[in-house]
Amino acid sequence: MIQNNPIGRLIAHIILIIGILIVAFPIYYTFVASTQSLQEIMHPPLSLLPGSHFWENYSAALFGGVGRIGGVGVDRLLLNTVIMALAIAVGKIVISILSAYAIVFFRFPGRMVFFWLIFITLMLPVEVRILPTYKVMVDLGLIDTYTGLTLPLMASATATLLFRQFFMTIPGELVEAARVDGAGPWRFFKDILLPLSKTNIAALFVILFIYGWTQYLWPLLMTNRNDMTTIVIGLRKMISFADADTEWHLVMVTCILAIVPPILVVVLMQRWFVRGLVETEK
Amino acid sequence: MASSTRVTFPNKFLPYLLLAPQLAITAIFFYWPASQAIYQSVLREDPFGLSTQFVGLGNFKRVISDANYVNSLQVTVIFSMATALIAMALALLLAVMADKVIRGKGIYRTLMIWPYAVAPAIAGMLWLFLFNPSMGTLAYLVRSAGYNWDPLLNGDQAMVLVVSAAAWKQISYNFLFFVAGLQSIPKSLIEAAAIDGAGETKRFWTIVFPLLAPTTFFLLVVNTVYAFFDTFGIIHAVTGGGPGKATETLVYKVYNDGFVNLILGDSAAQSVILMIIVIGLTAIQFRYVERKVHYG
Repeated sequence: MIQNNPIGRLIAHIILIIGILIVAFPIYYTFVASTQSLQEIMHPPLSLLPGSHFWENYSAALFGGVGRIGGVGVDRLLLNTVIMALAIAVGKIVISILSAYAIVFFRFPGRMVFFWLIFITLMLPVEVRILPTYKVMVDLGLIDTYTGLTLPLMASATATLLFRQFFMTIPGELVEAARVDGAGPWRFFKDILLPLSKTNIAALFVILFIYGWTQYLWPLLMTNRNDMTTIVIGLRKMISFADADTEWHLVMVTCILAIVPPILVVVLMQRWFVRGLVETEK
Repeated sequence: MASSTRVTFPNKFLPYLLLAPQLAITAIFFYWPASQAIYQSVLREDPFGLSTQFVGLGNFKRVISDANYVNSLQVTVIFSMATALIAMALALLLAVMADKVIRGKGIYRTLMIWPYAVAPAIAGMLWLFLFNPSMGTLAYLVRSAGYNWDPLLNGDQAMVLVVSAAAWKQISYNFLFFVAGLQSIPKSLIEAAAIDGAGETKRFWTIVFPLLAPTTFFLLVVNTVYAFFDTFGIIHAVTGGGPGKATETLVYKVYNDGFVNLILGDSAAQSVILMIIVIGLTAIQFRYVERKVHYG
């Protein structure tokens, strides 16, 4: 009796469509701008249909090199960002699944101390320790390296807590049965725990890939060279309102190229992503 | 404690090996720098870096009594509250609507989650493209309508711009959680109220909204943390804290004082204050999560 209200549903559809317009419009507008010439962009209002410079702009940005960032092509920035996002996602998952495994399936002196040491890192995001972290990175010679971009972000309390939470739901009988059958810790991990964790790993992969891709402060601090930086930071460097020579058409192209890969990951892996996000409380 | 009865493996050495990678990274990149921040926050260095002296809580006193710091605290509170409120209200409205429709649920969700994948800094740039006075089409329309729009010069307008971008990015996240929250409310409760003659608005405010409280509260904490920390990219890319200091948030100020102006002691003291804020927010968040685990 509640569901049967066609007018209410129609209003709901209209509100949802308006909401989607708000959500999608900034992205669509930038895409349209990325297919127009510099002159067209500089003279608003912009047409709401794509222009005719798609190939020209995209190949110029991808393979021509962008003057304002030292002639580095956007292809290089994309490569850096893909490396960073993949390394952080994979590294975080491997490191935290191992430590969660140790904490849940072994008893050893100092177990809770280690657990709390990991847990407390939740309270120390990069933002609260910018300068000293930068100094450590300089001392270790990790500025402008892929190691510097990725390794420090791989330790994650959230992923460890998540795996711990999941491992604790695995019945003890399963461990017992495996041990009776003569499986050691490594066998158990490889043949039982990993297959059971597949969905969690997939969900976490999406969340962490996005996390790595959208990093800002970290690559800003860790890179000086333009050819080592990420696409988001490269984009920031391309923009200047003070100078008249910002190549806005290339900026728009770079912006779209920075947005599309993570959107594809989220949309294509939506099923795991949504489940992982909502069920694990991030 | 249920965990004490867990079946475990008897190895003595292996668990340490498994924990080693995470602990090593944590020690080098988390604990060491954090302890340095605390150490520096009680020292004062002369401008040439030649000598340092212990000043106790001196840096904290200076920071707290600094008008710029108070300003940036106010900016952060206004920015965070506005961002969280707008992002959550819009997401709740859209989630309630999505709960109502029968056809197209999946499509709406797919289209709604895009901004989650957009970096905060890029979200800021997208809005800047639309609203910057020299080439933004919407800025052009606003100005044609006779309104004097220039977020690069007017502080309040700059704030509106960064809040819009920050809230826009967060709508998808909140939407997903509100949808899940709405799905977990038993339909029988709502139907019972409908039979008792409660109209749609009344049903929402007396049944749905109170039952959503845990989700809402969780999102409030997450959104506050997001607005405090993750929006650094938006501020840095769009306004640079300006015009004047109209959009200088606490995190941006730590970065600016430490990294650009090189005032180490003050920056470290600000870092420690931020750390205390994070600890508070995390504690609130986990208290809530803990409760949900037990009674959920």
